[in-house]
Amino acid sequence: MPLVIQSAPMAPALANRYHALLEELRCLVCQNESLAESNAALATDLRAEIRGMMKRGASNEQIINFLVVRYGDFILYRPPFKPITYLLWLAPFVLAATGLTVLLYKIGQRARREERPLSAQEQNQLRKLLCDGNKD
Amino acid sequence: MIRYLLPASVFMSLVVFLAIGLHRDPTLVPSPLIGKPAPDFRLPHLQEPTRMLTKSDLKGKVSLINVWATWCGACYQEHPVLLALARSRQVSIYGLNWKDQRVPAMKWLEDYGNPYTAVAFDKSGKVGIDWGVYGAPETFVVDRYGIIRYKYIGPLTVDILKQTILPLVDRLRDG
Amino acid sequence: MIPEIGQFALGVALCLALVQTLVPLAGAQWSNPDWMAVARPAARGQFLFMVIAFACLTYAFISNDFSVLYVAENSNSALPLPYRMAAVWGGHEGSLLLWALVLSAWTFAVTLCSRSLPSQFRARVIAVMGLISIGFILFMLTTSNPFERLFPAPADGRDLNPLLQDPGLVIHPPMLYMGYVGMSVPFAFAIAALLGGHLDAAWARWSRPWVTAAWVFLTLGIMMGSWWAYHELGWGGWWFWDPVENASFMPWLVGTALIHSLAVTEKRAAFKNWTVLLAILAFSLSLLGTFLVRSGVLVSVHAFATDPARGLFILMFLTLVVGGSLLLYAWRAPKVRSGGSFEPVSRETTLLINNILLVTAAASILLGTLYPIFLDALGLGKISVGAPYFAAVFVPLMVPLAFLIGVGPLARWKQSRIGELMHRLRFVLIAAIAAGVTLPLIVAGVNRVLIAVGIGLGTWVAISSVMNLAAYLRRQTPHQPPISKALVKVPRAVYGMTLAHLGVGVFIVGVTFTSAFGVEHELRMDPGASAQLGGYQFQFLGAHELEGPNYTAVRGRIEVTRDDKQITILHPEKRVYRVQTNPMTEAGIDSTMFRDLYVALGEPLNGGAWGVRLYYKPFVQWLWLGPILMALGGVLAVSDRRYRATARQKAMPAGTISRGPEPVPLTSR
Repeated sequence: MPLVIQSAPMAPALANRYHALLEELRCLVCQNESLAESNAALATDLRAEIRGMMKRGASNEQIINFLVVRYGDFILYRPPFKPITYLLWLAPFVLAATGLTVLLYKIGQRARREERPLSAQEQNQLRKLLCDGNKD
Repeated sequence: MIRYLLPASVFMSLVVFLAIGLHRDPTLVPSPLIGKPAPDFRLPHLQEPTRMLTKSDLKGKVSLINVWATWCGACYQEHPVLLALARSRQVSIYGLNWKDQRVPAMKWLEDYGNPYTAVAFDKSGKVGIDWGVYGAPETFVVDRYGIIRYKYIGPLTVDILKQTILPLVDRLRDG
Repeated sequence: MIPEIGQFALGVALCLALVQTLVPLAGAQWSNPDWMAVARPAARGQFLFMVIAFACLTYAFISNDFSVLYVAENSNSALPLPYRMAAVWGGHEGSLLLWALVLSAWTFAVTLCSRSLPSQFRARVIAVMGLISIGFILFMLTTSNPFERLFPAPADGRDLNPLLQDPGLVIHPPMLYMGYVGMSVPFAFAIAALLGGHLDAAWARWSRPWVTAAWVFLTLGIMMGSWWAYHELGWGGWWFWDPVENASFMPWLVGTALIHSLAVTEKRAAFKNWTVLLAILAFSLSLLGTFLVRSGVLVSVHAFATDPARGLFILMFLTLVVGGSLLLYAWRAPKVRSGGSFEPVSRETTLLINNILLVTAAASILLGTLYPIFLDALGLGKISVGAPYFAAVFVPLMVPLAFLIGVGPLARWKQSRIGELMHRLRFVLIAAIAAGVTLPLIVAGVNRVLIAVGIGLGTWVAISSVMNLAAYLRRQTPHQPPISKALVKVPRAVYGMTLAHLGVGVFIVGVTFTSAFGVEHELRMDPGASAQLGGYQFQFLGAHELEGPNYTAVRGRIEVTRDDKQITILHPEKRVYRVQTNPMTEAGIDSTMFRDLYVALGEPLNGGAWGVRLYYKPFVQWLWLGPILMALGGVLAVSDRRYRATARQKAMPAGTISRGPEPVPLTSR
């Protein structure tokens, strides 16, 4: 098992931000793990790079941009909000709203059907049924 | 009653996508650097440590940048293809020795042959990160203006060279 | 010899499945009672031969028969016996055999419990399940034969993946498959109803216990998977929105919607088409999950060894079954008339909103899981859709749903009034708000809006469920008899609903506390060093090596104290299994109902020191207690008297008048 060389520890607030960011990034070698968990050499290198950038005062956005320029959007577990992902981010809301709208429409439709007065043909049918019923 | 066909139609389009997906490799990470200028670098030459290689060495001609290492089994696999390509003199091949040790790397080239015009030694892997390298071997096609035009992930084969890379090289040379 | 018997048994099972499908289907079409009667014996025969096949494979594992390729790939002579048996479903071929076995078992159960069904309907149900069986057995025999031989036989096997050598994983797949595959029963009911052109409230009543039973298994299966991940992966995580996890969660969501939709269809003969569609969708998602795991289309930690040829077979099967069902639906559904009008404020409405939210959640998870494939297929590049997306989309949908759990059971069928509902719930609302504001402060001394909302919702769900039970009691017994008598008269289904909803509340509280107040610390610990976390002291007492049955390990000792009193000594391990040498982490965990203390070893450092990860996880056991309560609720609902009553009424001769209360049955169906 490899030795891990410990660099100077980070301030607690920075460390929290660091760990949180690592969880949002995918390891490209062990693609089922985040950068936080992966033991791959590339993951170790990228962690060191990110640590260095954070200590030098880089924001999360700058770090993410650094990685995306080199590796593309695949490295982000949170898909960016851009034209090709509008459908992805907006669909849940649109689906729920559509469903609720259809539901309201259906409820209104049933209510309207109930309130509609009988047509002449239906009135005839009703009279026949009632009269026939009385004959028994 | 078209709306009753909605579930079936949604499902059928889903099937089409899944069928296409079956023939793609979900683990391949395409490079966002295609069409962009190659990242600047400054690395020592593998065999002549005092000589530095930079991006300007690539300008003026179409070249292949091949990322390799002695610990990479697939690199050994593609090596004969690189050697044959080098002998045919169709394009210059530069090596990026990635996260490796200098002495074993030099010995590797001695033992198995050296197809490279020059090899840059990236011990720490920092230049690799700049180029979006996530494994070995990987091969980049860079045009004479220093723009990355293509990236191939995995060991090169004669088929890939014939069908994709060499035609591209010719197009870049003429265009 | 035994493996060949197993393979032969599979072939016989296939023939029986063909008979089980074609003959009754034709019989139902042309009203031939003899042909329809073939369904039950054929299904029972298929079950028998599937059991034989499975037993043969199990025997091959127990006896370490490495001349069978599948055994050589998934087992090892040093593997302890329980894991040798669980290894039967540790790989692709064996898990398919389990799938097919479970399917034949559910079909067998249907043959036993279907006396009250009309013979034409029953024949079709069994035939449809037989069709699915044909697909899976054929898949095995053509592309994934578990009995394939390997010559020359190796001296020993490649061992079971160490990640799977854990008790959780012995139970998790069978439980999950019982759920996944169980959804084929309501699916078959739906197809049979569409084929026959009769869709009525009776159909809903027949389907409901089967859906609930499958749902119970699915709930437990998913829960076990989460529990296993927590114990085995060493990072304290319990849900990752991994594609294969999502593949099991989507049928669960749709199954939950289906249970509630069936209530509407059964009681009010409304939304029959919607319910039928849900029944088709639930099983379709099960089949889709099977495709996703085995085709290599997605990156997932659960994926079996991928093979595009296998993927293609499943995709074609999926297209046939799901596409065929949806086309049948498009053809037959328009002719179905649903009745039952209801007001905007009514139980029907709350249940429909429940459905919309659950189905939207399932659809969103499906979209997120498959989106990378869409983009890649269109040449638009590669993206990842991970936990941040799913959490961002799922939680907002669940908030109104949780609120509705309190309102729905209280609302009357057909018509209710908002004023009355709010009046009845006012105390629950106050209690929920109070809990949301105060409980986080008591537990952790801090509070934030999201945490308060989470705790408030969980409390709302839990208290309103109990309150609904009380309201039910009051409604049913207006003459104030003794409470014990009243409690006994409450149908089990009502208890079931109460318990299941209570489970949801428990889960919400657990999830909120553990996500909000969980603390983690990763640090270097030299022998003798101490660290503080969550009010506890952790002292590292060093590590030593030990030999396990099929692994070598380094075992750490960490003493946990609080206020100088020893709580426990934890033993996290780092194991290297002898055959498959990836290092494995075994966390050391001390669990109580209100908090877990979780320790894992990272990497060894110089001087005998280790990188250690310490976790304090409040209320994490509630994450699994909730689903257990939900499952218990489901069991109560399934065992309700009315499902047993139907059989008894059929058994009583015509003209019998029952006097007094129904006798308690000695045997349940």
